[in-house]
Amino acid sequence: MSDEKKGWKELPIGAILEAGTAKNYKTGDWRHIRPIWNKEKCIQCLRCWIYCPDSSIIIKDGKVDGIDLDHCKGCGICAAECPVKPVKAITMVSEKEIK
Amino acid sequence: MRKKLAITGNEAVAYAMKQINPDVVAAYPITPATEIVQIFSQYVADGEVNTEFVAVESEHSAMSATIGASAAGSRAMTATSSQGLALMFEMLYIASALRLPIVMPEVNRSLSAPINIHADHSDTMGARDCGWLQIYCENSQEAYDSLIQAVRIAEESLLPIMVTIDGFIISHAMEAVDTFDNKEVQNFIGKYKPAHPLLDIKHPITIGAIDFNDYYFEHKRSQIEAMNNVEPVILKINEEFKKSFGRGYGLFEEYMMQDAETAIVVIGSTAGTAKVAVDNLRKQGKKVGLLRLRVFRPFPAEKLSKALSHLKAVAVLDRSTGMNAYAGPVCTEVASSLYTHSDLPASQQAGKKPKILNYIYGLGGRDIFVEDIQKVYVDLENVAKGEKTEKLINYIGVRE
Amino acid sequence: MPSLKELSKEKESLSGGHRLCAGCGASIVARQVLLTAPKPLVVTCATGCLEVATTIFPYTAWEMPWMHSAFENAAATCSGIESAYQSLKKQGTLPVDANINFITFGGDGGTYDIGLQSLSGAMERGHKMLYVCYNNQAYMNTGIQRSSATPKGGFTTTSPVGKVKPGKEQSRKDLTEIMVAHNIPYVAQAVVGDWRDLTTKVQKALSKDGPSFINVLTPCRLGWGCAPEKTLDIGRLAADTCFWPLYEVEEGVYKLTHKPKEKKPIIKLLKLQDRFKHLFKKGNEALLAEIQEDIDKKWKKLLFLCGEKSE
Repeated sequence: MSDEKKGWKELPIGAILEAGTAKNYKTGDWRHIRPIWNKEKCIQCLRCWIYCPDSSIIIKDGKVDGIDLDHCKGCGICAAECPVKPVKAITMVSEKEIK
Repeated sequence: MRKKLAITGNEAVAYAMKQINPDVVAAYPITPATEIVQIFSQYVADGEVNTEFVAVESEHSAMSATIGASAAGSRAMTATSSQGLALMFEMLYIASALRLPIVMPEVNRSLSAPINIHADHSDTMGARDCGWLQIYCENSQEAYDSLIQAVRIAEESLLPIMVTIDGFIISHAMEAVDTFDNKEVQNFIGKYKPAHPLLDIKHPITIGAIDFNDYYFEHKRSQIEAMNNVEPVILKINEEFKKSFGRGYGLFEEYMMQDAETAIVVIGSTAGTAKVAVDNLRKQGKKVGLLRLRVFRPFPAEKLSKALSHLKAVAVLDRSTGMNAYAGPVCTEVASSLYTHSDLPASQQAGKKPKILNYIYGLGGRDIFVEDIQKVYVDLENVAKGEKTEKLINYIGVRE
Repeated sequence: MPSLKELSKEKESLSGGHRLCAGCGASIVARQVLLTAPKPLVVTCATGCLEVATTIFPYTAWEMPWMHSAFENAAATCSGIESAYQSLKKQGTLPVDANINFITFGGDGGTYDIGLQSLSGAMERGHKMLYVCYNNQAYMNTGIQRSSATPKGGFTTTSPVGKVKPGKEQSRKDLTEIMVAHNIPYVAQAVVGDWRDLTTKVQKALSKDGPSFINVLTPCRLGWGCAPEKTLDIGRLAADTCFWPLYEVEEGVYKLTHKPKEKKPIIKLLKLQDRFKHLFKKGNEALLAEIQEDIDKKWKKLLFLCGEKSE
């Protein structure tokens, strides 16, 4: 990474940045537990999406379409908020178990 | 229409601001700069400018709002003095590092404590290393002209600039000032084209991100280079100004320096007093000169040392103190530039550099008189002859 | 009132890849505010967790024009940007139909304390901007120091629990009421965990032709000592215990936006957070009682202001 960093002559004036570049930074490896989304059980209430602190619930045509594991930090909010009973449409599983 | 107006320094500054017609002015009143804000508010109230005036609740917010306005993509100005500048201190660094071409008239006044409203240079000297360009003016005419030039200098170099006048001595003194037509001023400064305006919603950017130790140094280095490149910009714009308006100013002004053997270096309004002293001594056949430093940032080290290095002795007058630094701030920098720059090859420099004296004067508005300055020239003569031991730091006008 | 279906059609305004803690409430608040606000937006931030963690050079999570300058001056910075917008629009440099909304985020440090003066100034001057305080009741960015938003009895690193002191000894400042006293068109209290309430308030706030302020209680897992997935539950419980009532003051008129079906005892909320665990030790019974009394008293006053019957 360090050799990709630009020298002072190449950096934009005033240290400005183009918007939205953080997508290129992966925070998925922070995760100890992973949300597993069950499409069949999902009622598309979008609660997981509106409460995700990491914008990691993927939406396609107004519906949940998966989880962005590149950025999801595994906080468990989506699973906690999922209203589906008795088994939730999102469950948290240890990353160790998955490996 | 060009007009000769009998106006004070503050009025000249406010009038220049009116003709610049900035998009935004965010300012807070402070003695002795209050009138600038008052007069400008009246221009706004009378619809004489297009400016959105933001009557902020402090100088910190004045600079913050000006920074916001400038980053947004507007031509933005503020004005302040003394404690006001001190309150802005944090934001001064941010304005320059974000490369915002803010123009700020500054009326020089001492810093508390004890609280004092009169002229000295402690305020702007305290802000000398914050990445702002600094022009110190001798009189109202120069302040008026310099402010108009400052818009171009700032916008071309993408650096903020303060143009200063001495509190009360200039800010409140009536003087005849040649002013230009509004259109001429507008033609000279041109339409503002911001480099990367925040309000350009089609090209969204982030301004003011955090740097860790992997980027901060590079961003600072780039900012330093911007400062390094300003000198020719100032000179170029001055040439254009001369062409348009028939007068101009350099980085510094040399008065009777051609054959001078000793000289005084001074900034601000005291130069006027010092010129009278030079005239008096010249009549007595003394080879004395005066160098009035106008552009303190960027510091014209090389050109300055060339202008001084042939002298036998130089006295630098500081209207602020370094508080046990090597000397007062102007003297420290002049002495440093003489140490490292010279028109002589290094091998021939030994013993050739002028002797340097520093005089701290005028703190808190203490008057300085022609006779005080003539005495400095006598000291210089004696030091040059080797008849007086040089004491680096001396004081003018303080009771023992 | 926005629906989630409608909101989900909005372009994401805060991208993933920022470095706030897992389960941080600040980014939940920011996302909900940004998704709801009519576009285009220009956003400013005070120094704080939200600002630092989202803009580590060369990465920024903000998808719209965004600016940070310092800690205590987010409102002043925004007021300068908004003034430039008004000026350029008036002069025809910007199109007259460029209806940009200006939003500022600050934590309780940048809002209640060091930034209060610039906030007050901007609100008094009437800039058309929404200021959102994501209030986690302490200086979390510098490592959990007390603020004037820290509640009585709360542990922080500068109001620590010791042999003779039980955490913060003073009550918290009521900033929402200070903002009400500015007579701005819209002031509200919201909480992370009730998206419908917050987004409705954002819509109302931005419909006003003037400044607005929303104070959003936002748990901090580190500072409050709570599980990340409990962030929203704790927020909702803060509303249901009346520790953080949800209400709004629109054009001077008070209205409760959430009346708990059953007002829950404060200990239920306190027990979920490590910052209050010392209160349950022997000897602190009186303090616990005092905290409950204080909440009851304030709740009664709020009911009165909202024209509701006292319980």
